[in-house]
Amino acid sequence: MFWEQLLNGLTLGSTYALIALGYTMVYGIVQLINFAHGEIYMFGAFAGLILVSFFGFNLIAAMLAAMLFCMLLGILVERIAYRPLRGKSSRLSALISAIGVSIFLSTLMALMAGTNTHRYPEVIAHQSYHLGSLDLSLMQILILAVSALLMIGLQFMVQKTRIGKAMRACSQDLDASYLMGINVNRVISFTFAVGSALAAAGGVMVGVYYNAVWPYMGMMAGLKAFAAAVMGGIGSIPGAMIGGLSLGIMEIMGVAYLSSSYKDAIAFGMLILVLLIRPQGLMGQKISKKV
Amino acid sequence: MPVLTLEGISQEFGGLRALDGVNMVVEEGEIFGIIGPNGAGKTTLFNIITGIYVPSEGDLIFKERRINRMATHNIARLGIGRTFQNIRLFNKLSVLDNVRVGSHGISRSGFFKSLLGLPSMLREEKEIKSRAEELLELVGLYDKKMEYADNLAYGEQRRLEIARALALKPSLLLLDEPAAGMNSGEKVELMKFIEQIRQEMKLTILLVEHDMSLVMTICERIAVLDYGRKIAEGPPEEIKNDERVIQSYLGVGA
Repeated sequence: MFWEQLLNGLTLGSTYALIALGYTMVYGIVQLINFAHGEIYMFGAFAGLILVSFFGFNLIAAMLAAMLFCMLLGILVERIAYRPLRGKSSRLSALISAIGVSIFLSTLMALMAGTNTHRYPEVIAHQSYHLGSLDLSLMQILILAVSALLMIGLQFMVQKTRIGKAMRACSQDLDASYLMGINVNRVISFTFAVGSALAAAGGVMVGVYYNAVWPYMGMMAGLKAFAAAVMGGIGSIPGAMIGGLSLGIMEIMGVAYLSSSYKDAIAFGMLILVLLIRPQGLMGQKISKKV
Repeated sequence: MPVLTLEGISQEFGGLRALDGVNMVVEEGEIFGIIGPNGAGKTTLFNIITGIYVPSEGDLIFKERRINRMATHNIARLGIGRTFQNIRLFNKLSVLDNVRVGSHGISRSGFFKSLLGLPSMLREEKEIKSRAEELLELVGLYDKKMEYADNLAYGEQRRLEIARALALKPSLLLLDEPAAGMNSGEKVELMKFIEQIRQEMKLTILLVEHDMSLVMTICERIAVLDYGRKIAEGPPEEIKNDERVIQSYLGVGA
């Protein structure tokens, strides 16, 4: 029972982690909470659904295409709604703009697709594997494997490649980055693209796993992932991964051992608890202000 | 040949005139100093030259090219490197990566090509690394190349900032108070170092500095700013004896 629940928690948690990464990377560079990020995730789920249902894509191909689509969407959102404000107005305006984009995107989808819940056709065999006493479904394996692969890939990119170094430089000192010849706008676009692609992968997988896609699905998932990012220490990439996983595990454990009606209360209660003990989040750095 | 020409540069911040019609010509290969009391507009001038601010009026010409409205990172890539009054390194990057980030801006292949890992890419990456290591050798930080920039001592951080700026292969180097916080021995070292990189890298150097003895020793020409206006320009001896400069800056009886 416990291991079963731990596995469920890890599965849910890795989807939170995928979304949380987008929040944390964007925050790390432009100090913006991109509230439209949950809607990007929702668009990813819909893009996958459309490709699978109407174009006969298989799950992996649909996921890759949805990631590509959301990359472009993420870049577009940044271009239209955030870049014009950058440097010219307060951070608060960008935040309000993000909330605006979030509402715009979810209602746009509601207009196009209706507010009903849509279901993925059967894209993956209902097969399960036994690992000792554990039951692993094929979809769970896929979620865990894809998430792990994406997170390892991301970590490699950030640590080893040129663009990753530029991203880290930008997150540490934006002005100095300009002066070192880094095309900061391009780095920011790239960051939005990567974060959006990860969210899209999460959206498609969650859509299939829970067999439900609807226009407002980004709201709660986005909030939870944001909570996970904050819990892990916003701005920290490993923090978002750990925050997402632990949030998923705690939520599932709460449901299993307490009551399912406390699901969301447990998630956000944990956030409050962590922040009371470690205000900078699990992996965040302590900021001591100069006086 | 002039490397940098400022023609009637003015900068206003909501009614406050931080710079007022500044004209200046910096010739190739010289060390040009800018001095002036606090708030005279020295750092503002640097921020205009590097494209952080777009000047309200006037023209900025770098090697016969107008750069007033050019994006900051493109100006950097043209070959204007700078350091900061208060050190601004990438603290959580290694010493080596701090320098490499500067080289990446001017390298031929962009970010996306670099993800592909083509052979030409790898060769270029190797060149960048060895060049970065050479620069670290020059500033005496080679042994610390894997340390976080954060962990360096103050003087080392100042030198790393210069190495990082040099990674852009600049022809013009702007130094914003390079001697701030240094003791007299370190200042002597710094002067030697500035002279050395000017010769080895064929640099033109523009520097803002409060330390008069340093400025008077290494600069060939000096401009004096006061309340955003240029009140004098010339070789050190002339500046030392200029009536207006003494009154407004060096102090009466200095």
